[in-house]
Amino acid sequence: MQYLVNVIDDRSDSGTAEEMAAIHVFNDRLIANGNWVFAAGLADPTISTVIDGRGDQPVFIDGPFIESKEWAAGFWIIEAPDLDVALELMAEGSKACNRRLEVRPVLAPPR
Amino acid sequence: MSDVQQALARSHHEEWARVVATLARRFGNLDTAEEAAAEAFVTAAERWPRDGIPPHPGAWLTLTATRKAIDRIRRESSRDARHREAELLYVTRTEPLGAIDDDRLRLVFICCHPALVMEARVALTLRMVGGLTVSEIARAFLVQDTTMGARITRAKAKIATAGIPYRMPSSGDLPRRVSGVLAVLFLIFNEGYLATGSDTAPVREELTAEAIRLTRLLHRLLPDDGEVTGILALMLLTEARRPARVSRHGALIPLADQDRGLWDSALISEGHALVRERLNSGVAPGRYQLLAAINAVHTDGHATDWTQIVALYDQLMRLDGSPIVRLNRAIAISERDEAEAGLSLIDELAPELTEYHSFHAARAHLLRRLGRDAASREACDAAIRLAGNTAEIAYLTAQRDGGTHHQRSARQ
Repeated sequence: MQYLVNVIDDRSDSGTAEEMAAIHVFNDRLIANGNWVFAAGLADPTISTVIDGRGDQPVFIDGPFIESKEWAAGFWIIEAPDLDVALELMAEGSKACNRRLEVRPVLAPPR
Repeated sequence: MSDVQQALARSHHEEWARVVATLARRFGNLDTAEEAAAEAFVTAAERWPRDGIPPHPGAWLTLTATRKAIDRIRRESSRDARHREAELLYVTRTEPLGAIDDDRLRLVFICCHPALVMEARVALTLRMVGGLTVSEIARAFLVQDTTMGARITRAKAKIATAGIPYRMPSSGDLPRRVSGVLAVLFLIFNEGYLATGSDTAPVREELTAEAIRLTRLLHRLLPDDGEVTGILALMLLTEARRPARVSRHGALIPLADQDRGLWDSALISEGHALVRERLNSGVAPGRYQLLAAINAVHTDGHATDWTQIVALYDQLMRLDGSPIVRLNRAIAISERDEAEAGLSLIDELAPELTEYHSFHAARAHLLRRLGRDAASREACDAAIRLAGNTAEIAYLTAQRDGGTHHQRSARQ
C-alpha cells in the first residue's frame, strides 16, 4: 500500500546542505528497494491559495486553509507492504532530513 | 451452574483469545475475527445443551467461527465475484511465520502496536485477548461505555486502514516491542491492584487475574526473556500479598503491619523461583527483574531486609532515575537508617512529585516518626486530596486522625 509522509516543520525550504545530501542518499535507497513513488519540497503555506469552486463563480482566497505553527514543508509518497515497514523506512527518513514526519496511509481506490 | 454452562464459561475464558487470534491471522481483520468468534460462542450456547459438550471445545469453536467468517465474507461480497475470489484465496494462503509462531501472542503484539496510543493498546488487549466486554473495560477504567467503545473501534480502524500487519515483529524488533507489551500488561495489573475511583473496590481482582494470565501466556511463549520472567515474578509476589493488604474496614494495611499468614505461599514460592532463575542466569537484570527482586526480599522471612532493598534500588536507579524510583529508594533508606535521612532525600523531590500522593504519604509517615505531628497532618491532607484508591484514602485518614494501630486492631 501507499503512504503519504509529511515533513513537519515551522519553516519552509529550510534544509541545510548536509540535510539535502542525507535526503538524496536516503531517496536513492528508496528507489533501489522499490519503495519510491514521489517526493518533493513544498513552498511556504503563506504562498498557498484556497479555491472554493462550489458556487457559480470560483472564489480564490490568499493563504493556507489552516493556520498552524507547523505545517507540511515537503512530502514523500512511498510504497510499503505494511505500516511496520513504512515506519521502519521513514524512521531513517526522519534521521536523514532531520525533521519529524507524519505517516498517513493513502486509501485504496474503490473496488 | 450446569456442566454445559461451566464448560461454556471455561471455554470463553481459555479459548476466546485463541479463536480470535486464529481467525485474525486467517482473515487479516480483527472485526471479522471478533464477530465470528462471538457467533461461534452463541452457536455453542444453543448446540452444546442439546448435542453435548464436544470433546475438543477449542477446536470446535475455531472451526465453527471459521465457517461463520467464510459465510459472512461470501454474503458481504456476493456483489463482487472478483472480491470474493480474492477473499477466499486469502483464507487459505499460508503466511511466513514471524519470530514466534503463536496466534495469541501475535494478537497481543498487534493490540500493543506502538502506533496506537497507550489507552487504545490497553483497551484492545483486554477486548481481543482478554475477551472482556466493552462495558467491563469501561468500568475498569472509569469511562463511559460509549467512550470505550469508540476508543476500541478507532483502534481497530487504525489497524485496518494504516496497514498494521498481522504478523509477529521480526526477531530483531522483538525486544523493542516486548517492552511496550509489558508496559500494557503492567498498567492492567496496577489498575487492578490499586484501583482508582471513590466508588470503586480498592482491588479489582478481575484485572490483576487477567494481567497475570496474559503475562503467564507471554512467559510460556518467551521463556528466555528476562524481563518477561521478571514482570511475571513481580506480579505474582505482589498478588500474593493481596489478601493481607486491605482491612475489613477497607483501609490499606502497610507492609510492616500485614498478617504474613494471609499471604499466598504458593504464589510466593513460584515468584521466588522465577527471581532465582533470573539471578542464576548471570545476565544483568532489567527494571522489572529488579522490581521483582525487591518484592522477593519483602516476602522473604519474617521481616524485610532493608539493606538489601536499598542495594536493589541503587541498581534500579542506574537504569531508571525517575523521581518515583528515587522516592521509593528514599523510603527504603529511611527504614534502613533513620527517618531524618529519608526525609531530606524525599524533600529534594518536591518540585517533581508535588502532585503525587505517595510523595506526601511518605513525608507524613516520616514526619510523624520524627514527632512533627502538625507537619505530618498537613502532608496527610495533601496525600488524601491526591489519592484515588479508597483503601489508601481510608488509611491516610486514620493516620491523620491519630489512629496508629487502627488497622491492626480493626482486623482482629
